[in-house]
Amino acid sequence: MSECTETVTEIEEYDIESEIAENDNIFYKIKNMIRTNKVAAISGLLIIFIIIVAIFAPVFAPHDPYAIDLLSRLKGPSAEHLLGTDELGRDVLSRIIYGSRVSLFVGLVPTLLSMIIGTVLGLISGYFGGKIDFVIMRLADVVLAFPSLLLAMVIMYTLGASTFNLFIALTIINWAGTARVVRSQAMSLKEKEFIEAAKSIGVKDSVIMFKHLLPNCLPSLIVLFTTNIPGAILSEANLSFLGVGAQPPEASWGLMVNNGKKFLFTNPIVALAPGIAILIIVLTFNFLGDGLRDAIDPYMKE
Amino acid sequence: MSKDVLVKVNNLVKNFSVTNSQGSKKSVVQAVSDVSFEIYRGETLSLVGESGCGKSTLGRLLINLIRPTSGSVVFDGTDLVGLKSNAMRELRKKIQIIFQDPYASLNPRMNVCQIISEPLKTHKIYKTKKENENRVKELMEKVGIRREFINRYPHQFSGGQRQRIGIARALALNPELIVCDEPVSALDVSIQSQILNLIHDLQEEFNLTYLFISHDLSVVRYISDRVCVMFLGKICEIGNTEDIYERPLHPYTKFLIEAVPKPDPKLRKEDKKILTGEIPSPVNPPSGCRFRTRCPYAKDICSESEPEMKNYKGRFAACHFVLES
Amino acid sequence: MSEMSNEQFLLKINNIKTHFFTKRGIVPAVDGVTIEIPYGKIIGIVGESGCGKSVTSLSVLGLLQRPGKTVEGSIEFNGRNLLQLNKAQMRKLRGNEISMIFQEPMTSLNPVYTVGKQVSEAITIHENISKEEAKSKVIEIFKNVGIPEAEKRFNAYPHQLSGGLRQRVMIGMAMSCSPKLLIADEPTTALDVTIEAQILHLMRELRDKNHTSIMMITHNLGVVAEICDYVYVMYAGKVMEQTDINELFEKPCHPYTEGLMRSIPRIHSKNTRLYSIKGVVPNLLKLPKGCRFSPRCDKATKKCFTQEPELYKIDNNHSVRCFLYENGVR
Repeated sequence: MSECTETVTEIEEYDIESEIAENDNIFYKIKNMIRTNKVAAISGLLIIFIIIVAIFAPVFAPHDPYAIDLLSRLKGPSAEHLLGTDELGRDVLSRIIYGSRVSLFVGLVPTLLSMIIGTVLGLISGYFGGKIDFVIMRLADVVLAFPSLLLAMVIMYTLGASTFNLFIALTIINWAGTARVVRSQAMSLKEKEFIEAAKSIGVKDSVIMFKHLLPNCLPSLIVLFTTNIPGAILSEANLSFLGVGAQPPEASWGLMVNNGKKFLFTNPIVALAPGIAILIIVLTFNFLGDGLRDAIDPYMKE
Repeated sequence: MSKDVLVKVNNLVKNFSVTNSQGSKKSVVQAVSDVSFEIYRGETLSLVGESGCGKSTLGRLLINLIRPTSGSVVFDGTDLVGLKSNAMRELRKKIQIIFQDPYASLNPRMNVCQIISEPLKTHKIYKTKKENENRVKELMEKVGIRREFINRYPHQFSGGQRQRIGIARALALNPELIVCDEPVSALDVSIQSQILNLIHDLQEEFNLTYLFISHDLSVVRYISDRVCVMFLGKICEIGNTEDIYERPLHPYTKFLIEAVPKPDPKLRKEDKKILTGEIPSPVNPPSGCRFRTRCPYAKDICSESEPEMKNYKGRFAACHFVLES
Repeated sequence: MSEMSNEQFLLKINNIKTHFFTKRGIVPAVDGVTIEIPYGKIIGIVGESGCGKSVTSLSVLGLLQRPGKTVEGSIEFNGRNLLQLNKAQMRKLRGNEISMIFQEPMTSLNPVYTVGKQVSEAITIHENISKEEAKSKVIEIFKNVGIPEAEKRFNAYPHQLSGGLRQRVMIGMAMSCSPKLLIADEPTTALDVTIEAQILHLMRELRDKNHTSIMMITHNLGVVAEICDYVYVMYAGKVMEQTDINELFEKPCHPYTEGLMRSIPRIHSKNTRLYSIKGVVPNLLKLPKGCRFSPRCDKATKKCFTQEPELYKIDNNHSVRCFLYENGVR
């Protein structure tokens, strides 16, 4: 057709890949954040360092964290024991290094689990609306109405203290927040014409939710993930401190603070060292999360 | 002469319930109120009207994106209302839609290939990836997007190009009917004419039937065979483009056409008759004829009884006092 | 227009350049634009998105946001150069002598106050009158701009009004201090045609009754033909053609203007294709060499791709930025 060849000559040879293209890219935004937000960048580096230490704990730890040496109990810092020893003569530094495994594990796994559950429920709630939305959101309200630590303690008391149950408790207290964020995003996204376009093509609801809605929620989910981790780490430390989390002899920072509190006035480093470790890991994740939020999703600022 | 009817719409009604500002009382809005018309195969039927007249709702009812409150939409002999979801999915191949906003109608996280091949994959048209990609490239070429751009994302294109991608997606399944919902109103004048030409060429090439929804009366005049004028959920008048523009029967049609600013200063009439008043609220439409509150010809009967759609030498209008043609 | 002496112009925008200093480079959104607005006329500024028409108006009002800045030229309003005024002086001028109305009235009205309160506030800022006087003045203004049941609407919130009524409120607010110049940026684009006709009629009345000059920014040639007296056609930050309204539609000279005219769908003609200008508006960061319209121009010659044309005068009232008219003949 002669007319169609004419259409081709009308092609718009416009190339706007310049500005918008890069600004919209999530990697570009992160790169930009690293360049401009030094606190977040340093936090990110520290987190990477902590992760490496946790993975290679046996390499970094100078002593066996479980080796009891009753002859050298509650020793102050020395060349042999950089952060001294606890009441059973175990090396505090080694226990902190091993403890980072517990903290990271508890920070990452339940957060990931709660976010998967929260995302799926949030997507269903926001996309379908109506009765199912009502049920899910009231459930979320119930969870959010309780002080989260109290709820976690109740769950831990009922189920008994173990790492697995700790995961369950932390997942239960954390999914509701994610569900709410995802729901509100899904609700605004589903009004967009590209969702209508998918429907008019005949794309199934489940595919629309996971192929169209989910990728568009991803930036906020990344931010949410980094900001949820310190909460989970803190909850673990709290629960362990209160005796319903990790159980001795496991090297958990919360547990170590609990043990050390008896010697707070005689040998403060036993309690302070794990306490400072908790502070550092929580702060770094918070700083990184804030930085990511500002960079990726400025509208999430409250 | 009997024409081949592709879509027959019978007494279609769509009510939305809205909560008022206090959030207490629920009231019903009749977005589409007892509408009947036909679309013939191969023609372009335009729906025109001002905001809130129900034209977009009607378009979405036609492709079954929303379910009607009552009435039926018969597409090529099959009633879409109450169709099982599997049968509907099958039928979706034949009915497609092009949207107004080229920025909102493409998923920003999918590239051109994924966007255009989505209908192909959903209906499992091709077995291999290669076949899929070839079809996508062929479609891109048809709508005037260079093949090399296949892996680009929507934000790398201008508004007009995005609209072309949306058109390619609608064409992918070789549909028979395409609902065009204000396809050019978000575009600049010079781009608008490119897209209108494309829509026009594709119709000839693929023997497409269009339902063209627009508020722009000059675009409608250019593109359509027949025009259907709507006001507040009802059809005022339906007829051939030439008749509607040259010899309108319904007073609303006449004022609507006269209100359009003509691109010719010689036609400027400083004292031209302007339709006064606002569009009435659809929550609480006027009794009788819905247009009567703005109509200078309205008499008592207009508030008492609703005018029925009548045949005037092959044209249809709903008015107690049709204008002399 | 140039045969008139300077005193006849209310506003003279003199070769202004407004640039946006972005990370990726300097965007010359307005690149040497001269516009003259006489008393009591409606001047149209026409162009597609990104041609710099809105930035021009913001430059006049001093409402440019960073990173935008007017780097060159002068804007003379009633004998004063607006670019040399400080912020306080500009604020006094805005809403008093120069007013502006925007495309979407909803965004320029505060949703938590009644429209009556907002308009009376605008009046009391510039005039020293009591609350009651302000209220009765507002109601009178509302009546003047054709708002039915003005007393009742005084207490309405913006969301309770229709788009047309909101635009009337905005016009009312803009006219409340009887400005000498009204800048209207696509005032009818968001409105329905029958409402658009009402608003255009209202603006024409304002000009006739109050002798207000109106700078009408629009992309709609129909609107231009309907109410403008003189027109500037802009493209990629420059004025391409300027002439009076009848001449523009009768003898559009610049290939861009001609293309725009020909791309408007006019009559029903299934078998004819619409004329369309090939390509799209260029990226202002990567402007083509020579004439900025040359890549899209059907009549471009070698010269067009290398040299930039001036604004050539072909008539007292008609100037074109195209080499075809270099010698002043058409």
